[in-house]
Parts: sequence; structure tokens; C-alpha cells
Amino acid sequence: MIENNTTLFQKRRLFIFFILFSLFFLGSPNLVFAQNDFPTDDQVNAIAKELYCPVCENIPLDVCPTQACAQWRALIKEKMIAGWTKAEIKQYFVDQYGDRVLAQPPARGLNLLVYILPPLVFVGGMVLVYSNLKKIKKVPEKIVQNPNIDDEKYLKEMEEALKVMNKKEDLS
Amino acid sequence: MENSRIEEQKDHKKLPRWVIIAAFAILLGFLALMGWGLRNAQQGPVQVGQKVPPFQLTSFDGETIKTEELQGKVIVVNFWASWCKPCEQEAAELEEAWQFYKDSGEVVFLGVDYVDTETEARGYLEKFDISYPNGPDLRTAISQIFKISGVPETYIIDRNGKLAARKIGPFISVSEITSMIDSALNQ
Amino acid sequence: MLPNLGYGSLVITLIVVIYAIVSAAIGERKNLYKYVESARLALLLTFPLLTITVISIVILLINQNYEVQYVYNVTSSTMPLYLKVTALWGGQAGSLVFWAWLMSAFGSAVTLRKWDRDLDLLPWVIIISSVTLLFFLIMIIAFENPFVRFWSLPSGGELVAMFGPRGSQLINPFDGRGLNPLLRHPGMVIHPPMLYLGFVSFVIPFAFGMAALITGRKDDRWIRLTRRWTLVAWMFLSIGLILGSRWAYDVLGWGGYWAWDPVENAAFMPWLSGTAFLHSVMIQEKRGLFKRWNMILVILTYSLVIFGTFLTRSGVLSSVHAFAQSAIGPMFFIYIGASFIISLAFLIKRWDELRSDGEMTSLLSRESLFLVNNLLFMGILVVVFWGTVYPLISELFTGQKVTVGPPFYTSTTGPLFAGLLLLMGIAPLSAWGHSTWKTLGKALWIPATGSLILLVVMIISGISSVGALIGITLASLAAFVTIYEFWRGMKARHKRSGENYLEALWKLTTRNRRRYGGYIIHLSVVFMAIGIIGIELFQTETQGRLAPGESTTLAGYTVTFQNLAQFDVADGRNVARAVLTVSKNGRDLGELYPRRDFYYDSQQPMTIPGVRSTIEDDLYIILVNWEQISSLGATFKVFHNPLINWLWFGGILLVIGSFIAAWPDPEKEIELAPSRIMRREPGKLGSKP
Repeated sequence: MIENNTTLFQKRRLFIFFILFSLFFLGSPNLVFAQNDFPTDDQVNAIAKELYCPVCENIPLDVCPTQACAQWRALIKEKMIAGWTKAEIKQYFVDQYGDRVLAQPPARGLNLLVYILPPLVFVGGMVLVYSNLKKIKKVPEKIVQNPNIDDEKYLKEMEEALKVMNKKEDLS
Repeated sequence: MENSRIEEQKDHKKLPRWVIIAAFAILLGFLALMGWGLRNAQQGPVQVGQKVPPFQLTSFDGETIKTEELQGKVIVVNFWASWCKPCEQEAAELEEAWQFYKDSGEVVFLGVDYVDTETEARGYLEKFDISYPNGPDLRTAISQIFKISGVPETYIIDRNGKLAARKIGPFISVSEITSMIDSALNQ
Repeated sequence: MLPNLGYGSLVITLIVVIYAIVSAAIGERKNLYKYVESARLALLLTFPLLTITVISIVILLINQNYEVQYVYNVTSSTMPLYLKVTALWGGQAGSLVFWAWLMSAFGSAVTLRKWDRDLDLLPWVIIISSVTLLFFLIMIIAFENPFVRFWSLPSGGELVAMFGPRGSQLINPFDGRGLNPLLRHPGMVIHPPMLYLGFVSFVIPFAFGMAALITGRKDDRWIRLTRRWTLVAWMFLSIGLILGSRWAYDVLGWGGYWAWDPVENAAFMPWLSGTAFLHSVMIQEKRGLFKRWNMILVILTYSLVIFGTFLTRSGVLSSVHAFAQSAIGPMFFIYIGASFIISLAFLIKRWDELRSDGEMTSLLSRESLFLVNNLLFMGILVVVFWGTVYPLISELFTGQKVTVGPPFYTSTTGPLFAGLLLLMGIAPLSAWGHSTWKTLGKALWIPATGSLILLVVMIISGISSVGALIGITLASLAAFVTIYEFWRGMKARHKRSGENYLEALWKLTTRNRRRYGGYIIHLSVVFMAIGIIGIELFQTETQGRLAPGESTTLAGYTVTFQNLAQFDVADGRNVARAVLTVSKNGRDLGELYPRRDFYYDSQQPMTIPGVRSTIEDDLYIILVNWEQISSLGATFKVFHNPLINWLWFGGILLVIGSFIAAWPDPEKEIELAPSRIMRREPGKLGSKP
């Protein structure tokens, strides 16, 4: 597998070299320099990061170590050299391999549920909590103890709390 | 004091019937969903004798093949990929089998290239001199019909569109392929 | 023979467990303690019995008895001894036995406590733990027997079975297939047991909760009794999750620690509901509120434990970590269905009786804030649950496989986590019963000022990520409030009793372990939050091919490729190991060795990163590819992971905090006020509803 990988990559490099070589004769030298670094592994990975390996489960393409994934990364590179945009490449992957290559399901049809249901349930939960809090009775301001928390007072409260808690703790 | 009495009364209210029903409905619905998923997961690939739903394959050469139009012929559907090592073991044998049946016109071979890159796939076809139609499994639609668990897998559909045989993993010999096809032809 | 002994012991355990259930049920029916006592002893017996089974498997694993299918599947002769032993939980069958063994240990432990005052709960606790255990035993014996062996039949065929037919002989394969290389990591040695311990110990609070529900006891005795169980369960689950993340970081080689994978989510969901439960039980203890809600939470947590196990082991969902598909799915499904429906039915039956004793009095009181805390945890739970289950729904209804990946989870749970951080900053300062903005403000202003200063400093220093600014500010608020609480308590003690500060701090903590242990856990969460913010928002990466001597730079680090060697190792690996030197600002920082291991026995490669770890950041290098003829060049992927170590450090602190909070009190139980005790005649169980 390793050997295979290498030859594959070498082939690819030859292929790219060929393209660059022909470009050299067609275009200006400047273009070659611009093209020479393009696309870098980082640029390929930037796209691969947002795509998922179609055969392995839940592994982004940029970090997937299998040979299949190396091929897909090479494919992204190929398409980038061909001048495709990120959106076009992603669409190509979806057309070829299905929706599962996307990090999130596209928001249409049944998939809308993915995005609608959690907020809906959360709002429902908020309503429930609110209806519970609504039962809170207005406590007259007078009952509120002196809000000053100085250390002496805190100490007393704490010791009291400690006593009560210790008692309670002993029960369990 | 008054407030607390109202509170008490509120709390005394029984759980409304619709809440109970809804709670059970949601639970049962959820269980049904899981049960369905489980059955699907346990089922595995298409079973022998089952009707295979029609599908179409667009080959690398641009030709579109519809299985509906192939009624009366035996169809050999082979799933493969260029990144799949075991597929290479059977590639030559499959081609040899195809050469054997090609002229009879009774058997159609379809190579379905499962999630692959086109350049490598073409290289693979060239390397093994494969001459029967091969095409990508667009959006994994075909592999989902067969519920394949991996590559290589081969499915043989009889003249009536029912699954006659399936092979998980690579074929070991040409005779293994031909005996499977022959029994499908004789059915 | 050893397999027969282990198997026989399993079968006997099964019979004993069935006896325990029947006997406890009779005792409860007839109100006779002797039957319950007999059931209790039976449950106690399961632990030594299953210990025999476990020891049998371990000996088979160590002795390389490859005629046993399980041994063949998970070990090979090249594996070191500790991996052979831990292969016990490296496969489906063994891990189920391991689970059952832990379950019996916990079940036994719970029956050993003093039951005088809660005899009415005892039969039900026995029944519920025994039924759970029974379920696992049936699964093991019927579907996933670890003792099945390879037999060659007289007719020439082969058979995998527990007992070979007459005349058949055992087949002894030369070597096993070996453990999945991903599992050959020290983290994997402790991670599954921790997770299982967490799962199993959540069964105990559930058993008590259900017992209270079934007997109709309205007091919160069950909550007091299980407080420590819950805390311990929660701690194990937390350790399991953290170790799992650490393992992913070290072994999976993708620069991250958490992928929101179904299996990870399956363990995370009970943790979420368990954490909500830990908080909300306090409201019931202190204020008598939310009895129903606590019951729901404990049922939910147990259900999620079982459901998560179902998801990952039945093949319903696919995942990187999933076990191979197996026949246990339908059996599991029936158990889940039955336990969900029965729990719900009892909950509805007792709904009216589980009224709150008290009432909410203030919007800013501790209990109100805890309620909001529960809402947020449930919100996260809903998101995680839905994201985990949706791919299944999509596949069933549309036939289209989809991925619900990290972007979905981070964008939806991010704000909820931020809300939790904020609550962690406010709630400890609010009082039970009632608080007002005034009292809260008085306590809050000093820590809040600290956080605001930090915010300004961050903005000035050029941090522009809004997420990071909000996250760090909220995390710092929680940290400052917690430290401030410690400080106030310490100072108060110091003033009062003249203890020196350290002594005051020590006494403060040890005399109120639950509270201050909880605060330490809060602090640990702050640490983890900072680590997560660091790696999630500031991770950078670069990839490139380097020839020997060439270098690449990332985040101030210069990485230079020296050489690469490929060689075989005695334990059955082929290793490709690169040597890279790292420097920063011209200063040499040593070497890193990212490598790719290829395991011959299982034919699987594994990517081991080279990591340089400091408190401020990690440099994490992966060997992506290399050229064969002695290092013409190699491709590396370099990650810069800021602050990730804070996550692991927070994990350690969390364990310390949990220990403090759960540490048993030295004092023996003191009798409660007579009104709260249900006295019962000797030999009889408590009054029934």
C-alpha cells in the first residue's frame, strides 16, 4: 500500500509537472511562478477539512489516513488546478458521493428538521421553565434581609449553614 | 396563605390525559424508529430471491444503461473501487468471464465504481483491460439499493429481475464466476 | 477445562440472579423479610461467581488459548502482557462480561450497606439491579459467549461452538488476529473500565429512584441515599470521557480530541443528564422542589446509558469506534423498550404524589438558577441526541446517508455552554430561597470587575474572536467567583478562630466537602473550558512536503525534517519514524518523532503524532506520507494547539474535586427525628402504599 501510494504521488507530480511545463510555453513566466505553488497542501486541506470521507465514518477528509482519502485529496487538487472554486468542488463531491460528504446535511426537505427541532424543543423547555418561575410569589421587600454582606455576618451565616449541613450530611 | 392554597390546588390537578397519551406516543414512536433502524441494519444486503429495484448506470464512456431495459438477460453487477486491494484479485477473472459470455448476448456485466476518483478508476480499468461497461455510483444510489457492506461485492440478477446469487468479497477463480452465472442462466 | 469452568460459572450466575429476582419479589409480595434477605445474599453471590468467569477469560487470554474464538480475535502472540489482560474488554463478548462483573460488584456493594431504615426499598433495589444484570447475562450466554471454541468435525467441517459434537476435536490456531491497534494504547487500558464503571454505577441511583417510585415513598430518602453513588458514577463517567478524548488526541492522529462521533455522544448524553441530575437533586434536598423532575432525570440517565450501549453495539449507527455488528440488537431493543415503558408507566402513576413540598420564592434564588442550569443541560442533550439520531432518520425516510458533524454541534451547543459558564459565575453567590439583584450584585461586583479588566486586556492585546472574548470572560468570572468564595470563607474562619489561612482553607473544605468539592469541580470546568476555547478557536495547521534539512514554520515554531527510518519491531509492527527538530525564536527545543505503525497481525496502520506539550500550547506533528528510498522527503501535517493542556489539567482537577465531594463522612449514621423514620416490626417490611 505504501509503495503504491508513493508511485501514485509520483505519477501525479509528473502529471502536474507536465501541465506546468505546457503552461510555461503558453503563458508568461509570472504565471508559472504563481501557478508553481498552487495549490499548496494547505489550500487543498482547507477544502478537504469541510468534506467527509465517503467510505469511513465521521472522519474529515483532510486527516483521513486511508489511500482512498489520499486519492480524494488528490482529486481536490486536480480540480483546483483546473480552476474550480470551493463551492464547485463541494458540489462535485455531493453529486458523486452523496450528501454524506458534507459536514452538515444541506438545509432542505426532511433535513430542515435537523435545524428546526432542537430550537423548537428548547423554546418548549423555556416555556416550561417560565411557567414554573411564574408561580414565584412576590416576596415583600421587607422580608429581604439586610443585603450587606460583611465578613462577620457571612461568617455567622456560614457557620450556621455548616451546622445545618453537617447535620444533614450525617444522615446520608 | 391564600396564595399557597391556590398553589396546592394547582398541584393537585391530575396529569391531563393528553399529556400521558402524548408521552407514550412519543416513546412508542421513538421505539418504532429504533426498531426500524435495527431491522434495516440487521437485514444486510439484498437477499437472494428478492426483486431488485431498477437502477441506471452512466458509464465512464457516457453511455446510460437502464436495468429495466435488460429484462430477460442475466445481469452481473460488480462493485469495486480503485483504492480497493482485494478488488484487483478478481478483476482479471471478471474480464475473462465477460469474454466468455460476451457473444451469447444473454449476460450483461456492469461494473459499479463505488465512491472513487475518476482518474484512478480509469487507470484501474486500463490496467486490467476491462471491456464491459463501468461507471461511477453517483450519490451512492446503486450501492444503497443493494445495501452493500463493502467492496468487492458481486450480485447476479436473473432473467426475471430477481437476485439469483451474491458474492461478498473477491472471486477466487473464473469457474466460481461462471458456475454462478450458469446457474442463474438455467433458472 | 477453563472455558467450561468460566461458562459454567456464568450459567450458575444466571440461575442465582433469577433466584434473587423471584425471591425478592416473593418477599415483597408476602411482606416477609427472610425472602428478601435470601435474595440479598444471592445477589451478593453473583460477584464471586462472575469473578471466576472473568479470571477464566483472563487466564485464557494470557495463555494464548487460541482455540477460544474470543482469544483468537483479540490477542496475538506479539502483544505485551498488559494488553493481553486488558483485551478482556477489547471485544464485544469480553466487554459484556466485564460490564456484568462490574454490575454485580456494584449490586453487591449496595446490598452491603445498612438497610434498617429503608427495608421497604430493598427488594426493589435488588430486583432492578438483578434484572439489569440478568439482561446482560442472557446476552452473553445466548449471543456473545466469550468461551465458544473452534472445533473440527469428524465429517471434516469446522464449527464454532461452546461444545463440540461427539468425535470433534479442538482446533488450535497458531496465532491470534490481535487487538485492534487503535486499542493498543495506555489510555484504552483505563478508558473503557472508567466508562463502564460510570454506566454501571448510574444503575444504582436509578434502582433507588424506581424503588421509591414503585413503593410510593414520597420523601427524598432515595436521593440522600444515592447522592454519593451519583457523584461517583458521574466522576467515573467524566474520567472515561476525558480519557477517551485524550486517547483520540494521542492515537487517532487528526489533531483533535472530540469529533462528536455517535459513540462519543452516546457516552456524553448520560453525562449531560447526570450532571443536570447532580444539580437538581440539591434543590429537592434543600427546598423539597422538583421531585418529579429528579425522577425524570434519573430515569433518563439510566435510559441513556442503555440506549447509548444499544446504539454503539447493535450496528444501528455506524461510527469509527463501533463494535462489529452482532446479534444482540433485537434482545437489546426489547430490553430498552420494556424498561422505557415500565419506567414511564410508574412515573405517570405516581405523578400526583410527587408534588413539590415547597415553592419557588424568588427569580434569582439558587433554585431558580439551578432550574435554568437544568434547562441548558437539557438543551445540549436535545442537540446531541438529535444530531446522533438524525442520520438514522434520514436514511430510513429518504434513503440518503448524511453526516451531522462538528459544525452543527459547535454552533448549536456553543451558546448553551456559554450560558452554563455564566450560571457557574452567578449561581454560587445566590442564596437558597431568595436573592435579589441587590444581594447578588453586592457579592458579584468584585469578581465581575476582575473579569471585565481581563476582557479589556484581551481586547487591547489584539484578540478579535468574539467567541473567545465571551468565552474567556465568562470562564474567568466563574473562576473568580469560585476563588472569591474560597477566599471569603477562609478569611471568615481565620478571623473567627485565629487559624492560619492554610488551616482555615483546609478546615473550610473538609468540613463542607460537598460544597467546596463542587467548587473545585467548577474550577476544573473553567480550566477545561479555557483549553477547549484555545484549541477550538485558535488551532492552526499547515501541511507540506519536506526534504531532509528543509523546514516549515507554524505559530513561531520552526520544524526541520532530519531523517526518516523504517524498521520492524519485535511486537509485530513495521514502524516508519521521522526525526524532526523543533526550534522557536532560534532556541532549540529538541526533537519530535511522529510515526506510522503498521500492524502485521491486523493489517492496520496507525498514525502516532509527535507532540511537544507545554502549558501554553502543543505542537502536534503527523507523518502523512513519505517516499520509500530512505527519506527523499516526507509530508507532514503540523498542528498548533493552544492551551489544550488546560483541558487535561482540568480533568485531573475534576477528579480531585469529585473525590473531595464524595468522600464519606467519618461519623456514623445518626438517627433521624422519629417522625421521618418508618418503624417496622422485625421480620416485616415497611408499610406499603
